[in-house]
Amino acid sequence: MKLIQEKGAPGRKLSLIGPGQVPSVTLRAPLRTQPPALPQVSETEISRHYSALARRCHGVNDGFYPLGSCTMKYNPAVNEEAASLEGFTGVHPLQPAETVQGSLHALAEMEQLLGAITGMDAFTFQPAAGAHGEFTGLLLIKAYHHSRGEGNQRTKIIVPDSAHGTNPASASMAGYTVINIPSAPDGCVDLDALRQAAGPDTAGLMLTNPNTVGLFDRNILEITRIVHEAGGLNYYDGANLNAVMGIVRPGDMGFDVIHLNLHKTFSTPHGGGGPGAGPVGCKSFLAPFLPGMRAVQDANGTWQPQRAEQSIGSVRAFWGNFLVVLKALCYIRMLGRQGIPEAARNAVLNANYMRVGLQDLYQVAYPGTCMHEFVLSLEPLKEHCGVTAMDIAKGLLDHGIHPPTMYFPLIVHEALMIEPTETETKETLDEAIAVLRALYETAQKDPDYLHHAPHHCPIKRPDEVTAARHPVLRWSAPVQD
Amino acid sequence: MGTFVPGSPAEQQEMLRQAGYDGWDALFSDVPESVRLADGELALPDGLSEMEAIAHMRALAGENHIFPHLFRGAGAYRHYIPAIVGQVTRKENFLTAYTPYQAEISQGILQSIFEYQSMICELTGMDVSNASIYDGAAATAEAAAMCTERRRTTVLLSSALPPQVIETVKTYCFGSDTPVVLIPEREGHTDLDALSGLLDDTTACVILAQPNYYGLIEDAARAAALAHQAGAKFILNCNPISLGLLATPASCGADIAVGEGQPLGMPLAWGGPYLGYMAATTAMMRKLPGRIVGETTDADGNRAFVLTLQAREQHIRREKAKSNVCSNEALCALTAAVYLSAVGPDGLTQIAQRCCDNAHYLQQALAQAGLPPAYPGEFFHEFVTLCPQPQRLLAALAEKDILGGLPLGENRILWCATECNTREEMDQVAQIAKEVSGQ
Amino acid sequence: MNFPNHLQYSKSHEWVLFEEDGTAVIGLTDYAQKELGDLVFVNLPEVGDSLTVGEAFADVESVKAVSDVYAPVGGEVLEINEELLDAPERINQDPYGAWFVKVGQPEQAEPLLSAAAYETFLAEEGNK
Repeated sequence: MKLIQEKGAPGRKLSLIGPGQVPSVTLRAPLRTQPPALPQVSETEISRHYSALARRCHGVNDGFYPLGSCTMKYNPAVNEEAASLEGFTGVHPLQPAETVQGSLHALAEMEQLLGAITGMDAFTFQPAAGAHGEFTGLLLIKAYHHSRGEGNQRTKIIVPDSAHGTNPASASMAGYTVINIPSAPDGCVDLDALRQAAGPDTAGLMLTNPNTVGLFDRNILEITRIVHEAGGLNYYDGANLNAVMGIVRPGDMGFDVIHLNLHKTFSTPHGGGGPGAGPVGCKSFLAPFLPGMRAVQDANGTWQPQRAEQSIGSVRAFWGNFLVVLKALCYIRMLGRQGIPEAARNAVLNANYMRVGLQDLYQVAYPGTCMHEFVLSLEPLKEHCGVTAMDIAKGLLDHGIHPPTMYFPLIVHEALMIEPTETETKETLDEAIAVLRALYETAQKDPDYLHHAPHHCPIKRPDEVTAARHPVLRWSAPVQD
Repeated sequence: MGTFVPGSPAEQQEMLRQAGYDGWDALFSDVPESVRLADGELALPDGLSEMEAIAHMRALAGENHIFPHLFRGAGAYRHYIPAIVGQVTRKENFLTAYTPYQAEISQGILQSIFEYQSMICELTGMDVSNASIYDGAAATAEAAAMCTERRRTTVLLSSALPPQVIETVKTYCFGSDTPVVLIPEREGHTDLDALSGLLDDTTACVILAQPNYYGLIEDAARAAALAHQAGAKFILNCNPISLGLLATPASCGADIAVGEGQPLGMPLAWGGPYLGYMAATTAMMRKLPGRIVGETTDADGNRAFVLTLQAREQHIRREKAKSNVCSNEALCALTAAVYLSAVGPDGLTQIAQRCCDNAHYLQQALAQAGLPPAYPGEFFHEFVTLCPQPQRLLAALAEKDILGGLPLGENRILWCATECNTREEMDQVAQIAKEVSGQ
Repeated sequence: MNFPNHLQYSKSHEWVLFEEDGTAVIGLTDYAQKELGDLVFVNLPEVGDSLTVGEAFADVESVKAVSDVYAPVGGEVLEINEELLDAPERINQDPYGAWFVKVGQPEQAEPLLSAAAYETFLAEEGNK
């Protein structure tokens, strides 16, 4: 398909801005010598171009999206309506407090709701994504140890080998040395390995619970105790909170600081890779270090922005991805006391329903009850008929199903990680089970068909090797004679 | 209460039974009982219907005040947003998709990002662009991290950058234990003589804003030359609308161009979602953080787009990755691409010129009303005036539903004008200023 | 797979050629390039860096993985093969031509393997 830069013709334009009303000035400063080679297209062409691109996308609204660790649940339409209210979109971030009472009030309300769900005392909404939240949370840990004079001594962050890649990357960005500890055979934290790693140089532990193999670590209280006794803090990666929200609170499991992915757990859309929101919550002893500002009520009941006294500063400008926070606020208010745990229970039910529907054919990496997701290992299939996790994933594309997460976690070979979420019907789950079973049969009978899948998508498999060896990262204007 | 679980309670029970469970508790047996919440223990309000929820959100929105007349920028700008922008970015196929790791069903998003990257390169004159960073401040901080090496560790930061950018870079550098030194300002500009004295063989990079926080146009080319003479990299944080008019960061000698992309079609929205754009020279391509889309072919030889150079990224390099960026601002990048397609090269030049014209008209009108410019030098669409009692003037403007400039300390105001401001509005501001200062 | 006799090998799958002028040339073995798959980029050290035996001095990227390359001998980097930066596929096409670095006054910590010994080592590893 043509790029928008390859469409249109010189001189085509929209009628957007009227004539000027004031004298024109000429700057003496160095100016650009020629206008940027932006598209010159009509509104019709823009509209059709992007409609065509939209048809070549697959969103949650297009079909089932069991993408493990990503919680691709349905994004309620009302969220979008709430976030597009002009009372929110038209506000300048540097307006006086008395004119942004609604914004401040919304953040304060959200802080209270998330506090109730997580057991944390204070939040910042500045982080724009989960990884951004991890970095922020680790800076809180760093500032805390520095404030106690232990900053130079506590230089290590412990991370299980099953962790998301962002965990060790965030720890490095925060200046920490990463200590990877191997998982136990059951996929959970190896307590002995943790005891050995924890000590006077430990700044903290980063953990996802339920973990990335879809299991709730039943030793969680012992794990967080070991780290606390060594003088470290416990960081909760909220990527998998959907399984346990309203069931158990990270704050009660011994965690000191957490991030949430509002674009996963709380139903705001992913937008093809963002904007998300990764608010960070912490216990009260870390609140003095929070970045940005918080909304607090003064004696007159007016909301005021307030800066924490030992704030680490800012991790981006202003208040974070405010409109995304509003969508999540709308969602939590709709679900409320009963709906939040109901969503978690059904997320776990749907995962187990699919697991039971597949486990006689496919190898479940860690058998038994899972939480909101489970991991298949396609190693046996690969050995028997040469069909890989990638091949099955690509086969699913032809059935309008987004593949599960592939080749993660790294501790499972040929991994496919399935997370159906709570917003799917039984019929959808039954159909996905049937498709996965049929693909298993195809793998035995006609593995070559799957090696070349997908067959019915806008493109066949792309040549990623050439893309990386000889990168073409932009369109360039044709050279004019 | 509201719910998005489709199955009725009876259906749920039937599925539980089919999966081999006799009740909900059996699913959560690994959760220690001592910390499990009892039924109804979750301290949330009761759920709401959709009608009640949207009423609540409307009530919150109603507690905000929207100024129809705006003369405040300082890092967030009200520009006209063409109607086609919202029509495209509301499309649910874009809105509800995940990051395009599965290229075969994500060509639409991948191509839109490739087009965005190309437009950012055209705008900045740089060779390569990434798919976006959280906002302009975070992009600046990530750019600084691209430049630090074993022997070159110090970041030199202009005092005339927006304070939110300075603070963000400092906070990131607290993480990486990177020394940050502020280059002093002189008459509203970065003091380049002082910069010369600060540069040495430990300097990783020099960062300036163009136009700077006070709206003034910096001598970016000289700053770049000084940085390069000392073997350091040069990063220029540019307002993208100003690039319709001003020399590109590439022509000034920048190694990395970053900035806040919000003016390219995003509403003010109290600060977010915004868009950090980031572009670099080919030499720095592999140090770019975050996602990058590349063009290739599929198995049939047809044009295809993929996420590429992934081995730089956190999911592969883990603790050795230079950045942890994962989710970015893809939908905002799409917004910017649609905006730039809608305005085109002529439109962008026209909008930039109009912003500049209006700001100059306003500056003269305010000067005549007794608010002289605080600094000499050329400016784009923001400028600082002296003002003896900023709060008094701002209050008088607010009475007429005008949000005046941002007060800087006790006696200065940072003003902004864009193409949205009319001559009538600007005359009114000057008139009110005259009345207030005349009293 | 091909393991030329005039080279010496490490258990971390690098080859070393000791030149008559006292320098050593280092690259990745045929076995390593096959295991790693299509390589798309290589990060090389700078001239003047010093290599320590057993420590990573470079890394190679495939589309979905990155792997360290360990120093089979120590010493100062005299030259790097800049051709690999533009054409990493050379490592797959001609692993013994696609050298990574030249090292001066190479130091050995433990004896390297002959071609035959390396092949035996690979066979033993494969049977584990």
